[in-house]
Amino acid sequence: MTLASAPHRELGLTDPEYDGICERLGREPNALELAVFSLMWSEHCAYKHSKKLLRMLPTEGPHILMGPGENAGVVDVGDGLAAAFKVESHNHPSAVEPFQGAATGVGGILRDIFAVGARPIAMLDSLRFGELDSPRSRYLFDWAVKGIGHYGNSIGVPTVGGEVYFEPAYGQSCLVNAMCVGLAPRERLIRSAAAGVGNQLVLLGARTGRDGIGGASVLASAELSDEDESKRPTVQIGDPFEESKLVECCLELLEGDLLASLQDLGAAGLSSSSSEMASKGEVGLDIDVSCVPLREADMEPFEIMVSESQERMLCVVEPARLEDVLALCERWDVRATVIGEVTDTQHLRVFDGDEPVGDLPVDALVDDVPLYDLEPEEPAEPLYPDPPARLDPGASPAETLLTLLASPNIASKRFVFEQYDSIVGSRTVRRPAAADAAVLVLAPDGGTGALAVSIDGNGRRVACDPYTGAVEAVLECTRNLACVGAEPLGLTNCLNFGNPEKPHIAWQLTRAVEGIRDACLALGVPVVSGNVSLYNEGGGGPIYPTPIVGMVGKLPEPRAVPRTAFAEEGHAIALLGMFEPALDGSELEKLRGRLAGSLPPLDLAAHADALVRVRAAVRGGDLPTAHDISEGGLACALAECCIAGGCGAVVSLSDTGTPHTLDAQLFGEGPGGVIVAGPRHAIETLDAAVVIGEVGGDALEIDGVLSVPVSELRTAYEDAIPAALAG
Amino acid sequence: MKFGVVRFPGSCDEVDALMACRRFADADLLWHGDRDLSGVDAVVVPGGFSYGDYLRVGAIARFSPLMESVIEFARDGGPVLGICNGFQVLCEAGLLPGALLPNDSLRFVCRQVDVVVENPGTPFTRACEEDDVLSIPVKHTTGRYYAPPGTLPEEQVVLRYAPGQNPNGSMGDVAGVCNEDGNVMGLMPHPEHAVDPLTGSADGGRLFESLAMVPA
Repeated sequence: MTLASAPHRELGLTDPEYDGICERLGREPNALELAVFSLMWSEHCAYKHSKKLLRMLPTEGPHILMGPGENAGVVDVGDGLAAAFKVESHNHPSAVEPFQGAATGVGGILRDIFAVGARPIAMLDSLRFGELDSPRSRYLFDWAVKGIGHYGNSIGVPTVGGEVYFEPAYGQSCLVNAMCVGLAPRERLIRSAAAGVGNQLVLLGARTGRDGIGGASVLASAELSDEDESKRPTVQIGDPFEESKLVECCLELLEGDLLASLQDLGAAGLSSSSSEMASKGEVGLDIDVSCVPLREADMEPFEIMVSESQERMLCVVEPARLEDVLALCERWDVRATVIGEVTDTQHLRVFDGDEPVGDLPVDALVDDVPLYDLEPEEPAEPLYPDPPARLDPGASPAETLLTLLASPNIASKRFVFEQYDSIVGSRTVRRPAAADAAVLVLAPDGGTGALAVSIDGNGRRVACDPYTGAVEAVLECTRNLACVGAEPLGLTNCLNFGNPEKPHIAWQLTRAVEGIRDACLALGVPVVSGNVSLYNEGGGGPIYPTPIVGMVGKLPEPRAVPRTAFAEEGHAIALLGMFEPALDGSELEKLRGRLAGSLPPLDLAAHADALVRVRAAVRGGDLPTAHDISEGGLACALAECCIAGGCGAVVSLSDTGTPHTLDAQLFGEGPGGVIVAGPRHAIETLDAAVVIGEVGGDALEIDGVLSVPVSELRTAYEDAIPAALAG
Repeated sequence: MKFGVVRFPGSCDEVDALMACRRFADADLLWHGDRDLSGVDAVVVPGGFSYGDYLRVGAIARFSPLMESVIEFARDGGPVLGICNGFQVLCEAGLLPGALLPNDSLRFVCRQVDVVVENPGTPFTRACEEDDVLSIPVKHTTGRYYAPPGTLPEEQVVLRYAPGQNPNGSMGDVAGVCNEDGNVMGLMPHPEHAVDPLTGSADGGRLFESLAMVPA
């Protein structure tokens, strides 16, 4: 892409948008200015199709220290500490080049966290691919996982949780969402607003190259096509070693109180980071691109301004502290270069040496961006075809259970999480798959309080019913926290959808955001940060609408946190929460080749109350086992407890008190049920618990309906994904 | 008794190792660019990706100014423990026999494994008995130990993976080795991540405890 041959349309701007730029400038933009506008006004940077919708989300709460708009959301976790967290997508780059796409997704979200002054302490990933019988899906899955591990493991931040689903709707457009959680002393938090006229603008980190030019507009704000290959140069290349130095260096700079503000360079590189800092600080910035250290000598000024080269940060430094900043950077072998200064012009002025090459009003770049109303329309016909049937209609309950356990959506994700360092940092009390949420102690060398983190979102259920499916994603995440006794402090979300300019996609997006809003209000959990990824459509149509919800919660005492595993023979097993199983949208329905057109309605207030009871029961101690009933229903949840504990269970369904069919009772899904197990006296004193059986033996036995040895359950569950990958 | 824990750019587990050491004795970080070992009594070369591990794991770190002092310290009989990347660095430095090759899976693996104490007679294992089984996690991509036939005497094998638990294809299930004099040890498992039952196991603490013990 050369600028000379790229009028505004090729940069993704519409004719009215171009006219709007001319109006705001009072003249036509030059080539550099047009390039900057095209990125700042892209969907990826400006949220022009989603901003109005996002305003309906509740963002106020007693624990919030920084809400949406900063690099990451921040909540107060007590003891003078703050937790910063955010989830972000790197879907389009990962579909083009899964290893570097996923790796730089991790690198990008890490920078958002230490940009607010927090040390990253945990990563989680939410991944979606097509079915594993497709070689392309296997390739994307295998290499995205390798990419996440490559970056996260190398930088010393544990990857403690996540989720992976495989559905035909993600065959063309995979999803790679990464969430990072950081911790900081409250007084060390820093904002990105540039301040102090005459202060120096210092670029930290890697040299600037031609990688990632136009990533935000070309790659992330349009549908992918068969020409994806030609877009490979728009994917950035990550260097975790550079970032590891950058993290330590930035945190030491903040410890020494040497910075006035800090911002990461992500999408649209220097253009967006500088203009956002200027906008928040209501100041101007002068940048001299000839000062920027380059990887390639002959880069044009516009290329320097829009490059998405990784591992760079931008900070504002008072002149008196500049020497100390440069010295500390040198000690960490981090490149630090003064590239400009803060002005009172409220313009972003770009110079190449003495020559002015661009002059952009900051408000036109950041605040006064055209926003679009969606035109939602509920589809009259199903948007997605039924999935192919994979289960013999005459299958017995035992055969059905084994098939479900071997379905990659339910099967063990050991193949994935063993490729991630989940323990560095010495905080991880519950590792991946050990409990429903990962648990991390606040102080690795003593103290009590702990954080719990989870990330959830079953896109197939949202495809069945965007409103209820999105509500369920929030409930699921809250329930996972409740199963380790944690109360949510805040929510981050990543909205992965198709092309919002299409009315049916606009309808999905609108209904899903309404669902998240209502669930957040009912649960009293505010939204602190988020990200939107639209245009996830390939040749095969749109992805399932996939709102991903991540939460950070707090719990008082990590020592007695329950695990998924059954602990001891003779322990009583009980149901807690609201167990309302239905086959609509379930994994069983998928294996039978059906996709429901709706989900059963649910009583949000009752669910919120039930989750409070689950949390109270877990916090009461004496519950070695707690596991929520999700994909595959009660039978799969029981099987998972058996497999993890290496022991069987005898369960009677007649005690569940539900009027549902046998299929629904065994394999039905719904957003409320939790299995707990423990000493009989502890279980029997629980409020609203229904005892359904006892731990013991070598098989999972349900009511004479099925009896399967735990060893068979384990083989189905553990071998499925490695076998599928072997092709 | 004071431990020094080396910090290279790209180290990941140096703070974990520092906290583990402090459970048993004094400990401080040592900066890769310094030459002064600050009078420490034992050196820990921690895990991570020193200098990005570009070129070859451990190959660049071995030439850092601090490592030159550590090599001298080791040649004078000072105890040096290399964990994971530290093990790789000590092999590159010629302080330990053999080398670490890519795992036979060619993938990173993070897993809790059992290791068996083969030689309790080293400064690193004197708090253990022979055949003690320690539960310690591994996490690495390049951890398959190899030494040419005849170059690793049996008494220099300090730890082996328990039967069936070799995570990387190491020759003879070797998990940790020492030098001929017994004052330098390297191991792929991470004992600093096994010092508290809350985070999984306290068995790794036995190695730091051993080093902190005054020799009988």
